[in-house]
Amino acid sequence: MRDEDRAPLPTTPAAPPVDRRRFVQVALAACGAATPVLVGLVRLPRASAQGAAAEAAAAEGYDPTGHRYGMGIDISRCIGCGRCVAACKAENDVPLDDHHFNTWIERYVIRTDGAVTVESPNGGMDGFPALAEEEGVRRTFFVPKLCNHCENPPCVQVCPVGATFTTRDGVVLVDEKYCIGCRYCIQACPYGARWFHPTKRVAAKCTLCYHRIVKGLVPACVEACPTGARIFGEVEQRATPLARFMRFNDVQVLKPHLNTKPKVHYASLDGEVR
Amino acid sequence: MKLPQQVPRLAIVFALAIAALVAARALLVPATFGAYGHYRGAAVDSIAARPVRFAGRQECEECHDDIAAERIAGHHRTLSCEVCHGPQETHVADPINVTPAPADAGRAFCPKCHGYDASRPTGFPQIDPATHNPRKPCAQCHDAHAPEPPHVPGECSACHRSIARQKAQSHHVDLPCTTCHDTPTQHKVTPLLVRAAKPAERTFCAQCHDSAKPRIEGAPQIALDAHYPRYLCWQCHYPHYPET
Repeated sequence: MRDEDRAPLPTTPAAPPVDRRRFVQVALAACGAATPVLVGLVRLPRASAQGAAAEAAAAEGYDPTGHRYGMGIDISRCIGCGRCVAACKAENDVPLDDHHFNTWIERYVIRTDGAVTVESPNGGMDGFPALAEEEGVRRTFFVPKLCNHCENPPCVQVCPVGATFTTRDGVVLVDEKYCIGCRYCIQACPYGARWFHPTKRVAAKCTLCYHRIVKGLVPACVEACPTGARIFGEVEQRATPLARFMRFNDVQVLKPHLNTKPKVHYASLDGEVR
Repeated sequence: MKLPQQVPRLAIVFALAIAALVAARALLVPATFGAYGHYRGAAVDSIAARPVRFAGRQECEECHDDIAAERIAGHHRTLSCEVCHGPQETHVADPINVTPAPADAGRAFCPKCHGYDASRPTGFPQIDPATHNPRKPCAQCHDAHAPEPPHVPGECSACHRSIARQKAQSHHVDLPCTTCHDTPTQHKVTPLLVRAAKPAERTFCAQCHDSAKPRIEGAPQIALDAHYPRYLCWQCHYPHYPET
């Protein structure tokens, strides 16, 4: 720094044009004056977008704030036919291979010696092979699984970009345009409900058929279940099939100790199911 | 009052940085980000706009109410049409030009639900596809819209038709099947697990056909001890159509 630059520093006693008090006053006043301008610059486009989005929702006649969706699964009714898996893949364009499932069925076989085997060949979509030996089987049953649409979703917490989120009606969704494909959420989900889309290169999961439920339809898996083992409805309203199912059955959730607060409720759930 | 010259310079630098920040945010943050929460609000609308494939049973029943009434009265009342007929939203949108493919009713499809599996709930109707009339399509006997529960046959001829026809021409026509076959009641319910028995002793046929016994009208008789004593009678003779 040159010498003449140093000359007019406020600390020099020669000619103090601005003392420290004056500088702080001016700076604070400038900040105060600039704040509403800056906030306005940031908020204005957003506020207009919010208004547009609200208009779009109102045009469809659907108000997401009045809903809290969930699902009930009656294990004693599941026959393991895999129609829900096939319907989900058809409805949501899920790749038809052995690794990508929004919903899948597991067969639990608990033997008299306490050994538990869980299998899900092709997600249960093509049915299950006959049990090799039925001797020594204490209990065996099917458990349909899907995203639990948790109230405290670990997958949403870990997303670094805000690409996965809980909607106002309680459904956990993935923004495919915003997802960077880092797979954090796939690691974070304790239920293994998320998968990586092989061609879109984004995280994918059960949407609870969001495009259907906003139109008043039930999710494709519920539509396809031949025995009524899947019940769709709202968890907080009394007059929906799910609320009735939860009143009349002793319902449990998967991995309650994780405090994820799932919204998929199971009836007749065996203690061995993880 | 004159500002020291570094203050306007600093102010310019700050102003530029703040302007760059504001511009970058305006450019990079999507318009609807934060509208409802820490996410892009427009993503909800784009997900909600995905195409529907399964129209739902209410849509089907608006036109096909006759089939719906038949189905709702029967054991398939909990089924949705599209479980077997496949997703039909395109047919619902344009019922005249889009004709749905016929429902999958082959022997590979129905056993997806009705094939025997030990893990299925007790009481759910199941068959073993390998032994349950393996060459017949399911729909030949069962109406998928109004399936009948399995019923207990009243007579042996309900299943053993060809044997009944042969016996009708034979000298054994007047003998009921149960004269020779010891048939447990459970054979009518689970015919493959509980089998009917054949006579296990030569003395059974000898009740009528032993020359040492009083002769029954028209029944041929043999000397039981001399006539191939190492064989059971039905190993050589066919009792449903015995030689005259």
